[in-house]
Amino acid sequence: MIWNEAKECMSRDEITNLQSARLRKMVDRVYHSVEFYRKKMQQMGIEPGDIKGVEDLHKLPFTTKNDLRDNYPFGLFAVPQSEIVRIHASSGTTGKATVVGYTRRDIEIWSECVARVLAMDGVGPQDKIQVAYGYGLFTGGLGLHYGAENLGATVIPMSTGNTQKLITMMQDFGATAIACTPSYLLHIAETLEEAGQIGNIKLKAAICGAEPWTENMRKEIEAKLNLKAYDIYGLSEIMGPGVAADCEYHNGLHVYEDHFIPEIINTETLEPCKEGEIGELVFTTITKEALPLFRYRTRDLTSISYDKCECGRTLARISRFKGRSDDMLIIRGVNVFPSQVEAALLEISETSPHYMLIVDRVNNLDILEVQVEVEESFFSDEIRQLESLTKKIAHVLQSALGLSVKVTLVEPKTIQRSEGKAKRVIDKRKLV
Amino acid sequence: MVIKQLSVFIENRKGRLEQVTEVLCEKNINIVSFSLADTSEYGMLRMIVSNPEEGRKVLKEKGFSAMLTDVIAVKIVQEPGTLHKILQILFEAELSVEYMYTLTTTGQNTSIIMKLSDLKEALKVLEFNGYEVYTALEAYEITNNVDK
Repeated sequence: MIWNEAKECMSRDEITNLQSARLRKMVDRVYHSVEFYRKKMQQMGIEPGDIKGVEDLHKLPFTTKNDLRDNYPFGLFAVPQSEIVRIHASSGTTGKATVVGYTRRDIEIWSECVARVLAMDGVGPQDKIQVAYGYGLFTGGLGLHYGAENLGATVIPMSTGNTQKLITMMQDFGATAIACTPSYLLHIAETLEEAGQIGNIKLKAAICGAEPWTENMRKEIEAKLNLKAYDIYGLSEIMGPGVAADCEYHNGLHVYEDHFIPEIINTETLEPCKEGEIGELVFTTITKEALPLFRYRTRDLTSISYDKCECGRTLARISRFKGRSDDMLIIRGVNVFPSQVEAALLEISETSPHYMLIVDRVNNLDILEVQVEVEESFFSDEIRQLESLTKKIAHVLQSALGLSVKVTLVEPKTIQRSEGKAKRVIDKRKLV
Repeated sequence: MVIKQLSVFIENRKGRLEQVTEVLCEKNINIVSFSLADTSEYGMLRMIVSNPEEGRKVLKEKGFSAMLTDVIAVKIVQEPGTLHKILQILFEAELSVEYMYTLTTTGQNTSIIMKLSDLKEALKVLEFNGYEVYTALEAYEITNNVDK
C-alpha cells in the first residue's frame, strides 16, 4: 500500500518544485538561526537569495560528522531549546557522541516517513509489530516505534537483548511483523529452528536495517522464516531510520525526497556523479526544524536512479550500499570508528597504541575482537594480573563503544606496523 | 636469597613454544626447570635457566615478551607432609602463594620454586623455621651439580 500517494508518486517536476520551495525557505531560516552555517556562507560569499532552487544546491557548503562534533552538543540546533522535544545520539569518530535534536514537528515527519516504509512493506493497522531495535539514544527503537504507532499497528516494544522472551512473545502474541537488524533476525531464525518452532510463528514482514546486508542474506531470511524482508535506511544526523527504504521489487531504496534531497558525489573531486555512478551519498534536509543540515556527507557509497519504480513510486532510488568512504564499522547495528578504540586505549596507561580490530560473524551475530599487544610496561608473569588487565580494557572499551568487546592479548610486534595509515581492521564478515 | 626466573608470554599459536626453546638452545642456555600455565588464548612459560639475563635478552631480540621475576627456591625433604608443613608456615605468616612448581628432585632431596606475595618476609619466616634456599648460582647450575 502507498501511504501518501500525493507525496510518493509526484512527477519529477513536481518533486523539483517542492524541493526548491522548501530549500529556499530552509536556507533563509538556517542563515538567520545557525551561526555555523551563516559564517560558512559568508566565507564562501553566498547569501540566502543565491539559492533559488535545487539547481543551486551545489553552492551550499558540505557538512561532516566532524562539524557536529566541533559544535557538540547543541551548536547546530536551529531552534530554541524549548522547542526541542527529544534528543538522540550516535557514536562520533572519537570519544564524543554525535547529538541530534527534534522538534514536535520533526518527530511527526519522522513518524510519517516510517509509516510510509511500513505501509510499503505490507504492514497495516491489523498488524502486530515487534520492534527489536535498541530503545534509547539510538534512533532505531523509538523511530520504528513512533512510525508503527502512527500507522496504527500494535507495537510490541521489545528492544534488544532477550531473544528467548522475544520468541515467546512472538508466538504468544502472534506477531505479524518484526523490525530489527538483519543479522539479529537470522539469529532469531536459527534459534527458532533449533527449538523446532519455526512453524509456530505468524511473521509475514521483516523491516531490517541499521547495518549493511546482502541480497543473499535477504533470501536466506525469507526462506527460513517464510516472510518478506525489506531494507530500511537512515542515519540519526538526517533523521533516523526511514530516510529511505525498499519496496517489494527490491530495486533500490526509495528516498523520501519531499524531506531530504539526495546527491551522489565523487569522493575525490566532490563533484556530482552521473545517474547510476557510484559515489558518496549526501543529504540536505529541507523540512527539519531542530537540526537542519546542508549537504551532509553520509560516507555511504551508493548510486542513484530517478526512473519510476514498478511499484508506482516516482521517488529517487539509491542502490544497495557498496561500502563506506571512511573507516566506520557497523557492528550489531552500532557504529564503531577505529579512532574511538584508539582514544579509549590511550586512557589506559598500561596499554600501547598498537591494536587490531577483528570483526567476525559467528552464528549470525557480530563479534568484535580487539587485539592488544602485551608491552613491557604492563607485562606480568602472573596470569591473574594479565586477566584483570584484559577485563579492565574490555570494560573501558565497552563503555566507550556501547558494545561488548572480546579483548585478546598478543605478543609484542605481532600487530603490523605500517608507514602512514596503519591497517587497524580485519573484517571477516562477507557482506559485499 | 631470591633468584631470577625467566617468564615468557606465549600466544597460543602453532610452533610458538618450540621457537622459545630454539632461541635458548641456540645460545646454549640450559633450562633447569619450567612450568607452563595455560589459558584459552595464551600461555605463560616460567623457567629457571642457566643464564636468565642472557635468556631474556635473546628472547626479546626475537620479539617475545620476556621478563625476569624474583622467586625463591626452597629445599625440602621428599616425604609425606613436607609440602603441607611449609604451606602451613607460610599461611600462618599470612603470605599467599602466587604460583609454585618443582625445581628438582634427586633422591630424598627436592626443591620447589615459589612466587609469594612478599618474598622478603617469606625468606625470613622460612629461615626462622630452619629451611634452606638455593642461591642464584646454585639454582642456575643445578645440572652441573648433578653431573658431578
